[in-house]
Amino acid sequence: MSALTVDSLELSVAGIPLVTGVSFTVGAGERVGLIGESGSGKSLTATAVMGLLPDEVDAAGSVRLSDVDHDLVGATEKQLARVRGRRMAMVFQEPMSALNPSMRVGDQVAEIMLIHGTRPDKATARAAAVELLGQVRLPEPAETARAYPHQLSGGQRQRVMLAIALANDPAVLICDEPTTALDVTVQARMLELIRTATEERGTALLFITHDLAVVAQTCERVLVMYGGRLVETGSVKEVFTAPKHPYTRGLLDASDLEAVDEHGRLRTIPGAVPGAGEFPGGCVFRNRCTDATGDCAEAPVLSEVDDRGFACWNPVGGPA
Amino acid sequence: MTVQILRRALIFVVSALVASVAVFGLLAVLPGDPAQVALGVSATPELLAKTRQEFGIDRPLATQYFEWIGGVFSGDFGNSYVTREPIGPQLVDRLGVTMWLVGAGMLVALLIALPAGVFAAVRHRRASGSVISGLSQLGVAVPGFVAAIILVQVFAVQLRWLPAGGWTPPIVDPLDFLSGLLLPALSLGLVQGAVLTRYVRSSVIDVLREDYLRTARAKGLTPYRALLRHGLRNASVPVVTVLGLQLATLLIGAVVIERVFVIPGLGSMLLDAVSNRDLLTVQGIVLVLVLAVLLVNFVVDVLYTVLNPRLRQAS
Ligand SMILES: Nc1ncnc2c1ncn2[C@@H]1O[C@H](COP(=O)(O)OP(=O)(O)OP(=O)(O)O)[C@@H](O)[C@H]1O
Ligand code: SF4
Ligand SMILES: [Mg+2]
Repeated sequence: MSALTVDSLELSVAGIPLVTGVSFTVGAGERVGLIGESGSGKSLTATAVMGLLPDEVDAAGSVRLSDVDHDLVGATEKQLARVRGRRMAMVFQEPMSALNPSMRVGDQVAEIMLIHGTRPDKATARAAAVELLGQVRLPEPAETARAYPHQLSGGQRQRVMLAIALANDPAVLICDEPTTALDVTVQARMLELIRTATEERGTALLFITHDLAVVAQTCERVLVMYGGRLVETGSVKEVFTAPKHPYTRGLLDASDLEAVDEHGRLRTIPGAVPGAGEFPGGCVFRNRCTDATGDCAEAPVLSEVDDRGFACWNPVGGPA
Repeated sequence: MTVQILRRALIFVVSALVASVAVFGLLAVLPGDPAQVALGVSATPELLAKTRQEFGIDRPLATQYFEWIGGVFSGDFGNSYVTREPIGPQLVDRLGVTMWLVGAGMLVALLIALPAGVFAAVRHRRASGSVISGLSQLGVAVPGFVAAIILVQVFAVQLRWLPAGGWTPPIVDPLDFLSGLLLPALSLGLVQGAVLTRYVRSSVIDVLREDYLRTARAKGLTPYRALLRHGLRNASVPVVTVLGLQLATLLIGAVVIERVFVIPGLGSMLLDAVSNRDLLTVQGIVLVLVLAVLLVNFVVDVLYTVLNPRLRQAS
C-alpha cells in the first residue's frame, strides 16, 4: 500500500486552473522526485498535500495517507493539524526564515513532539530534541539546542528543520527545494543526510527540485511537471536516459553542460514558462514544443504502465 | 544584554538632567515676576524685594537651579509662591490619581486592541475583519474629549448609571472609586484602543505572513494556536514600542480628561497652577510629566531588548 496517494488533484484561484488532474503515489519508504521549471506548480502540489494552501486557492480531488482514515482534501483544520507533523512533515526552501527567531531551536524541535504527545513531558522531549539534533549531524547538539536561529548558518538551520520534520517518524516527508538556498558543498551533505535519514526510518520522500542532478542523486522515481500537469513519470534511470516527453528532453538537454546546439551554445528550452492561466489549450507545452503537430490541440492524457508514463502525442523516439 | 540596559539607563539619566535644565530654563526666561504675582500690583518696592529674597529668586539662576534640583532629589519641590504650601506632597497625591487614570485608560485600550487587532488580522481578507478595521479607523478620528462628552451624555445624564465627574479615593470606597473611574478611563482608552488596534492588526498580519508561522502549522498547530505560540511574541515587539508612545499621549490626554471629569490629578493641578501663575508649581509638575515620559521610554527600550533575542545576545 502506498504511503501517499494523490488522485485527480485540481487547484485553482478564482476559476483559473493552476494544477490540473495530478495523480501519483509514493510507496512506503520510496523516494520520489518532483521536477519542473519555476512556475510549473510543484510547490502548490506539495502545499496542497500538506493542507497548507492559502485561503484563495480552491482544491478538488483526493489526497490520502495510508495510516489516516480520511481524505485530506476538504478536511477541517483540526483534522489536518492532527496529521501534519505527525503522519507527514515538510521541509521548506527558505532555512533563514522558517524557524521562529525568538525561540531556542531545541524548544522548536521539542515542540513538535509535545504537540502530538509522542513524548510524555517537556524534559523527555528536550532530551529527544538534543538526540535528534545529533542525528542530523549538528556538532555539539546540546549546545546547539540552546541557540537561537540567528546564531546558526543556513545549512545548520536546514538540519534543524529536518530534525523537526523527522521528530515524530512521519510516514511521508516532503522537501520543497531544501538545498536551493545553500551553497554547493553544504548542499551535497544535506542531500546525503536526507537520503540516509529517510532510508533508516523507512520514510517515504517527495522531493521537489528543479535540479536534475539532485534528483538523480536522491530519488528512485521521478515525476516531471509542467503547466500544472504531470507530463512524464518513471524510474529516474528510464526517464533520464530515455525521456519520452519533449519537455523532459528539453530539461535534460538544458542541464547537460556538454550538449550544445549547432551554434555551440548550451541548449535551453525555447520560450519561457507562461504565467498562471496563460498556458495554451490542448497540450500545455504546445507553444514551446519543437515537435508539436495538429494533434496537439487536444490535450494528451498521462497513461501509466508499471509506473512509467508520459502525456504526449509525438513522444521522443516514437510511441513504444 | 546587561551592557545594553546599562547604556539605556545612562541615556535615561542624562536626558532627565537635560530635561530638568530645559524646564527650569524655560520658566526662568518667561516674563513676569513671581513676587509681583504673589503680592499684587499695589505692593511696595521694599516688600517686593523682601519677598524675592524669601522666594530665593534674587540669587543667580545657576544657584537657583541647583537648589531646586537638589531639593527634587529628596522630594522637596519647594513652596508654592501663591499658597506658600510645600509642592512635593500635593504632587505625589495628584500623581497617584493620574496614574490610576492613565493605567485604567491603558487597560481599556489593551482590552479593546488585543482581541480586535488579532481578529481583524486573522480575518483581514473577510468582511468581518474589514468591519473591525473600519471601526478602528473611525475611533482614531474622535478626539478624547468628544468621546468624554458623548459618554457623559449617555451614561451619566441620560441613563444615570455612572457619575458625571468627581473622584473617590480607592481606600475610601472601592465601588465609588471604580464607578467614578470608568467613564474617564473609557474616554481615554477608547481612542487609544482604536489607534492601538491598527498597530496590533498590522503587526499580526506581518507575522502571519512569516515563514515560521507556516512551519508552526506544518508542525500540527491550528492557525490560532500557531499565532498564539509563535506569532504574538514577535508581533509584540512593534506593539510595545507604540504602547510606550501612547503612554505619553495618554498622560497628555489625562490633563484634558481630568478637567472634563473634575478629577484632582496632575493635569488639573497643572491647569490650576498655570491660571494662578504659580510658576514653581508648574515647573515641578512639568518636570514630573517629562520624567514620566522618559521613564516609560526607558522601560520600553529595556522590554524591546528583552523581547528580541537578536538584541539580547549582542553586547
Ligand atoms: N496563491 C496563489 N494565487 C495565484 N496564483 C498562484 C498562487 N500560488 C501560486 N500561484 C501560481 O501558480 C503557479 C505555480 O506556482 P508554484 O509555486 O507551485 O510553482 P513552482 O513549480 O513551485 O515554482 P518554483 O520552482 O519557482 O518554486 C505560478 O504561476 C504561480 O504564480
Ligand atoms: S503533445 Fe504535442 S505539443 Fe505536447 S509535448 Fe507532445 S508533441 Fe509537444
Ligand atoms: Mg516552488
